[in-house]
Amino acid sequence: MHKQLPEEYYKLLHDLQAVDFVLVELNLYLDTHPDDKNAVEQYNHYAHKKQLLKRDFEQQFGPLQGFGNSYSRYPFDWKEAPWPWQV
Amino acid sequence: MWIYEKKLQYPVRVSKCDPHLAKLLIEQYGGADGELAAALRYLNQRYTVPDKVIGVLNDIGTEEFAHLEMIATMVYKLTKDATPEQIEAAGLAPHYADHDKALFYHNAAGVPFTATYIQAKGDPIADLYEDIAAEEKARATYQWLIDLTDDPDIKDSLKFLREREVVHSLRFRECVEILKEEQDSKKIF
Amino acid sequence: MFTQKKVYAPYVSPFDPCRPMTVKTYETPPQLYLPVQPPNLPQWDPYKALQMGTLWPAYYSPYEGRGK
Repeated sequence: MHKQLPEEYYKLLHDLQAVDFVLVELNLYLDTHPDDKNAVEQYNHYAHKKQLLKRDFEQQFGPLQGFGNSYSRYPFDWKEAPWPWQV
Repeated sequence: MWIYEKKLQYPVRVSKCDPHLAKLLIEQYGGADGELAAALRYLNQRYTVPDKVIGVLNDIGTEEFAHLEMIATMVYKLTKDATPEQIEAAGLAPHYADHDKALFYHNAAGVPFTATYIQAKGDPIADLYEDIAAEEKARATYQWLIDLTDDPDIKDSLKFLREREVVHSLRFRECVEILKEEQDSKKIF
Repeated sequence: MFTQKKVYAPYVSPFDPCRPMTVKTYETPPQLYLPVQPPNLPQWDPYKALQMGTLWPAYYSPYEGRGK
């Protein structure tokens, strides 16, 4: 029986999903508007926010990315449930 | 190279236990205008489009895999606890006979996925118009799926996915304008 | 300014077997009218943007279901 996730997990996840969504939208916009300076600045601003949120999330709930894009705890926890479709 | 991020793009919730809906949602998983077709179409075309527009194809293609995962999550949640009786009542018995509750790449009618759903003409204008059409078709399919359910949480996720198709269509239209542009006059912002 | 839903009245025959739909609609979403995004459009905050499916209200296309 897996232990249930706390409120905090869903809150942090939502924060991360919101910031990542802005990044996806800006990324697609910049792919067709590479000269929009304000948009590039906004993109980098949110990229930084993402890094901070990612670090907070991972400290509590383990790695978000594999192949060395996140650090692992011990025992190796990348493989641990829950996976996104189970949450 | 792809890095997988262990979270859904959008929080998917399902409020009603209605396995029958899974039968319809699978249309966007393995169907002609679904997310798998979209991802494979754009990621394949990106090798031979002009440099100026590779980014759009690469990035939208990547986002489509995130959408595929969302559809899979909805289907998974709707079917994972279903008894064989519920499966039968939901019209999923033919799928179950082959796959149990495993997902599979076929459409709502059971027609398996095929590469004939996508094209790559090598002509960038032809390819981009195919992509615009694909996005509009996907948008329409989400409309029909929204019509077919009254689960507010599923509707919410489907509306998100439908809106993404609007934005993707926009980006591909912008690509056409980028490719139309004469060297000296810069009309694009 | 543009509308996102168009209405038309399809032909109804006196020999139609089922109760006729006298009015039909189709969607005309924003990308048709703004096929190239202008810069500096107003944005929603991240949570609202996530919920709506786009960062820019100008490109939001509501859909509540057929016949609504």
